[in-house]
Amino acid sequence: MKNIIYILLVFCFITNGLAQQTPGSLQEEAITIEGAIAHLGDGQVIENSLLMFENGKLTFVGDARMKIARKGKIIEAKGKHVYPGFIAACTVLGLVEVDAVRASNDQAEIGGMIPHIRSIVAYNSESKVIESMRPNGVLMAQIAPKGGVISGTSSVVQLDAWNWEDAAVKTDDGIHLHWPNSYRRGRFWQGEPRGMQPNKEYKKNIASIVEFITNAKAYTDATNKQLHQEFAAMQGLFNGNQKLYVYADGEKEIIDAVSTLKDSGIDNLVLVGGYNAYKITDFLVKHNIPVLVRAMHNLPNSNDDDYDLPYKMAKLLTDAGLLVGIQNNGEANFQNRNLPFYAGQAIAYGMEKEAALQLITKNTAEILGIGASHGTLAVGKSATLFISEGDALDMRTNKLLHAFIDGRNVSLETHQTELHKRYMKKYSDQ
Amino acid sequence: MRIRLLSLALFLASATLFAQDYFPTNTGVKSKNNNYTAFTNAKIYVTPTQIVENGTLLIQNGKVVQVGKRVNIPKNSITIDIKGKSIYPSFIDLYSDFGIEKPKSSGGRSAQYEASRQGYYWNDHIMPETNALTSFQFDSKKAAEYQKAGFGVVNTHMQDGIARGTGVLVALNDDGTDGDRILDDTSAQYFSLSKSVVKNQSYPSSLMGSLALLRQMYADADWYAQGNSDTKDLSLEALNKNKSLVQIFTAGDKGHALRADKIGDANNIQYVILAGGNEYESIADIKATNATYIVPINFPNAYDVSNPYQASYVSLADMRKWNQAPSNPRVLSDNGVPFTFTTHDLKSPAAFKENLLKAIEYGLSKTKALEALTTTPAKILGKSEQIGSLQQGTYANFLITSGDIFDKSTTLYENWIQGQKNIITNKDIKDISGEYNLVVAGTTYKLSITGEAEKPSAILKQDSTTIKSKFSYNEDWIDLSFSTDEGEKKYRMTGLVASNSSDISGRLIVANGEESSFVASRIADAKAKEKKESKEDNAPEVVPVTYPNVGYGYAKKPTQENILFKNATVWTSEEAGILTNTDVLVKNGKIAEIGTNLRASGATVVDATGKHLTAGIIDEHSHIAGLSINEGGQNSSAEVKMEDVVDNEDVDIYRNLAGGVTTIQLLHGSANPIGGRSALLKLKWGENANTMIYDNSPKFIKFALGENVKQSNWSSYSRFPQTRMGVEQMFIDYFQRGKEYDEKKKSGQPFRYDEEMEVLAEILNGERFISCHSYVQSEINMLLKVAEKFNFTVNTFTHILEGYKVADKMKEHGAGASTFSDWWAYKFEVNDAIPYNAAIMQSQGITVAINSDDAEMSRRLNQEAAKTVKYGDMTELEAWKMVTINPAKLLHIDKRVGSIKEGKDADLVLWNNHPLSVYAKAEKTLIEGVVYFDLEKDKQQRASIKSERNKLIAMMLEEKDGGKPTQKPIMKQKPKFHCDTMDTEW
Repeated sequence: MKNIIYILLVFCFITNGLAQQTPGSLQEEAITIEGAIAHLGDGQVIENSLLMFENGKLTFVGDARMKIARKGKIIEAKGKHVYPGFIAACTVLGLVEVDAVRASNDQAEIGGMIPHIRSIVAYNSESKVIESMRPNGVLMAQIAPKGGVISGTSSVVQLDAWNWEDAAVKTDDGIHLHWPNSYRRGRFWQGEPRGMQPNKEYKKNIASIVEFITNAKAYTDATNKQLHQEFAAMQGLFNGNQKLYVYADGEKEIIDAVSTLKDSGIDNLVLVGGYNAYKITDFLVKHNIPVLVRAMHNLPNSNDDDYDLPYKMAKLLTDAGLLVGIQNNGEANFQNRNLPFYAGQAIAYGMEKEAALQLITKNTAEILGIGASHGTLAVGKSATLFISEGDALDMRTNKLLHAFIDGRNVSLETHQTELHKRYMKKYSDQ
Repeated sequence: MRIRLLSLALFLASATLFAQDYFPTNTGVKSKNNNYTAFTNAKIYVTPTQIVENGTLLIQNGKVVQVGKRVNIPKNSITIDIKGKSIYPSFIDLYSDFGIEKPKSSGGRSAQYEASRQGYYWNDHIMPETNALTSFQFDSKKAAEYQKAGFGVVNTHMQDGIARGTGVLVALNDDGTDGDRILDDTSAQYFSLSKSVVKNQSYPSSLMGSLALLRQMYADADWYAQGNSDTKDLSLEALNKNKSLVQIFTAGDKGHALRADKIGDANNIQYVILAGGNEYESIADIKATNATYIVPINFPNAYDVSNPYQASYVSLADMRKWNQAPSNPRVLSDNGVPFTFTTHDLKSPAAFKENLLKAIEYGLSKTKALEALTTTPAKILGKSEQIGSLQQGTYANFLITSGDIFDKSTTLYENWIQGQKNIITNKDIKDISGEYNLVVAGTTYKLSITGEAEKPSAILKQDSTTIKSKFSYNEDWIDLSFSTDEGEKKYRMTGLVASNSSDISGRLIVANGEESSFVASRIADAKAKEKKESKEDNAPEVVPVTYPNVGYGYAKKPTQENILFKNATVWTSEEAGILTNTDVLVKNGKIAEIGTNLRASGATVVDATGKHLTAGIIDEHSHIAGLSINEGGQNSSAEVKMEDVVDNEDVDIYRNLAGGVTTIQLLHGSANPIGGRSALLKLKWGENANTMIYDNSPKFIKFALGENVKQSNWSSYSRFPQTRMGVEQMFIDYFQRGKEYDEKKKSGQPFRYDEEMEVLAEILNGERFISCHSYVQSEINMLLKVAEKFNFTVNTFTHILEGYKVADKMKEHGAGASTFSDWWAYKFEVNDAIPYNAAIMQSQGITVAINSDDAEMSRRLNQEAAKTVKYGDMTELEAWKMVTINPAKLLHIDKRVGSIKEGKDADLVLWNNHPLSVYAKAEKTLIEGVVYFDLEKDKQQRASIKSERNKLIAMMLEEKDGGKPTQKPIMKQKPKFHCDTMDTEW
């Protein structure tokens, strides 16, 4: 019986060809990549590089002219480019498959203050959207819930896994807070003008956040405590184990958020969005706030803004001395595969190439708290990297040849590549 | 003959003198007051230009009998000497809902597709049969408000629906009956673009739907008038019956005014148009309508910009509106556009004077202002003999004022309507201002009374010390109280101002209750007030209008230049491929020459060394520059035109130019299987909508398949079709009907002009091309089969995400494809969408374009084209064609644009880098030799936006400091449109 089921399953796989890719198996032999232009992710480039990794970790990162024994399988990559795997922050990958199909959507729980809602348990590691990230070099992501004001707890995952436990790189890394807006959209269906107008509830909204945080903090010291799931979920913010990701765009909102939250005893803040952050960089530098800017491929918020303001945002903040990454929270899930091109866009509008690369490698890794193990090509760090035919930040030349996650050779095939092949074959057979 | 004329004149005269009334009375005897009233020694504005100094106005029985310098005053006259005062004809408001209850929404949320009435037009929003009189009830309270603002006559109507029926001309005569007041019970026929709030029929759900419905309504009315209908249509009968009346169109916006005028032109109707107050922004086009405008003057308050964070939400365009709008009447007047004013849009008529004075402060002449309120509205209605002036025989509707009615300090005393007096301010109040010696209980004080006669104020002094006092003057009596000796001694007094004495005396009561008398003897006139240094003589600063009048609009419209690009890498999108170190000469808007070492005298030389020159990008599927996208009120809306709703002020036009886009197809949305007709636009930022539309434009229409047309993703379940099965049957139905219509038309038989069927016939005849929104292979295949059955070709499948599955069938049919580069996973039907789609279709010989459907993506279509190199290994040459010559071919404009070829339009982009690279940036974008985007100019624009914002913010702060009312800072936004954006307002 068991055999029959097995055969049936295999049959299904073969016939419809629509199943997901099988995760790569554990790295068994050492791998050496020789001759590639290595972009280390920390600003450095090694033109003719030698990289080696074993048991999922990088064991050598250096110049190919080094006379040193090459280990294991050797990949000749002269003229090709090697990068650390790109990291997408604040995504809902694995939480939603098809945006318009409600049944496939797990990204937003109901309720207002819901830090206990954890993304990792709903993460569908077999999502077809996830596998479509890999051929573009996006190999890791933070998965963050979207509902409520305090939306829940995120985790950082790698994008080639059998299940969510297997995927988890850093479980429950942070909590996501959508800061209220001092302006709100007009309720045009009630006769208000479209567009933005002052939000009279703004102060009240802030007060309810402060009250929640104050209570959660008081709960820390409670003796003989009864479980309060929401308050319990907040404790990592007070003991420094978790970060608070604050979504805010306006100058006032950013200043209010940082000041209020620091006063409430939360030091580990990351600003997400920060559309107007470029106007108050001094303040953010003073408070040492990293920023995950909105993906460059967006329109300016207001008609009078520079047409290229979203394009140059990361540069403006980086030049001011802030730690900057990129996130694509506001856009459709599938767009996360365009992460490298967001960095590319920043280059077109003035950023140094390797500095722009840092936006989606080293900087994001540091912001997400995985900088010690990920984000750059360095000895001892995870061998999560890929080889591209050309410059991976330009869609014209981004073509992956190999990708590795923790040294595992991962598939670059997807539902989409299979359909491509299937139909090209159909036509060539005609 | 002479005798006959004379007797006729006598007869007419006696008719006015002894008009017979035939109503019985049971409340007393039937007396009639035939006395005259004569106003003498007045400055009389008979008309705005005919002014009688020291004249007499003689009225009787509610009408003007005579006016002039020498008027014989009959014996049975009451003579009122109003020396020093002025008389004006009272004002007329042509646009009002006076006495008619505001229509209320009947609720009802679920979509209703059929008409609810029988015996009337097929669309509930067409209600020309509405007669405002049937719901009219004289509203004394509101009438008093109008009187106070100087109005004597208003034209009221039911403000609901697209065809709104007829209005009523009413004199605001509170003392009379409707029999006296109603001057015309069918004074005008009214139209608008907004559907009824009372009726629930879904169609039209968009601006272009309203326009199409009006066009069809007129066509149907003609057809009906010729007796072609077997059934009764009371709506069309009323419309035809009222054709000869004044036709008033509620536009409420400069663009809508042009839209309305176009419909009028097509039907030989010259509408009188309700303006929006922003006509100054397109004054040349407005003038060209030859319409008379009814202009509201609800000038916006300044924004409260005292909080800089909040101030940043207000756009430059909105700040300008505050600054410029008060100049609208002046601009109309300067350009010879006839207009009248209305209180419409004001919260109350009480705010009218203030705004009117503002318009004058901004340069409108007083004569023009008076014409706009009197003779012009009378003329529009064809009632100059009755209202709007004080010529003999007109209604005695006039105002008595203290002086120039357009002066801030002038008082309006009385508003006479049909010979009935309405007192606004008592004119007979004695001016008691002056210096008095007040003797109270043996002590003499100095009393100074100053200020306006109706409301003077007083200062009381003992020697040189001012004593706190209370003073009032009312109905000829003054009251005064004060105390001395630190409150010990209290005095209260009250006295009559006698008409025959300059002193004031009366009763005095002291603290202990004892009564005696006081006297204030007048010793001198009031001291003339020191005139404040007034800056009012200077008209306020108005910032200049730009093209278009929003941020990034140009101070001067850019003009055609001859340009020689030297030494560029030229991407021809032709067989010549990519030419390095090549010169391109642009002359008279065309690509004149391509070669090396070109010379051209007089041409601007641009060194393009290291740069790339390409044809402008063409977006086959765009929804920018549209005011409205979906007419989803019916499952077919072939009658609507996107050309009707082009928004030339959309900043996304400018942003598209910055991304190298020069041509777009503004498509209807995908809310229904048969959508609307496209607009092919060149993004000529600064030009008007008509100039942007292609000349001799190839004709296109949007069709749609799949989830959107079956309304899968919004909760509506009643409109056919709800399945892909139904979509096929719907198409067959429409094409069959289109075919039959066309056959009937061609047979020469009389036929009802049906705009929708006209369009379907065009498709069947190969004169109009379909661009069909499509996703899955089954539906694509279905439409191919339907088209083949009816013997036409589907020109383009747009989106076409599963085109790769049926590329062979599409090729065989001859269809082209315009697709997204890499979108998928956003809805169920794009599950199998793959980024290799474009490459696969191209490999099978299909003409493939990459489109945007998105205002953000459209500004970097070069990158989207580059993705086909990544996905599917397209050559760079072919990839580039997907955003230039291929969409040009799909749009049948490839003879004009889409490549760099001698003789073609000079629609060009100069890039700083390989155009398919993410690193490329457009430096210059040209259309027909005009530079519409230039990085250097963009820098200047940014600087000027910044400085103009600062300037306007400073002006608004000053306004606030001056105590003027402000409005909260808001950011107006129009929605960003996609295929499935449903319109909710327009």
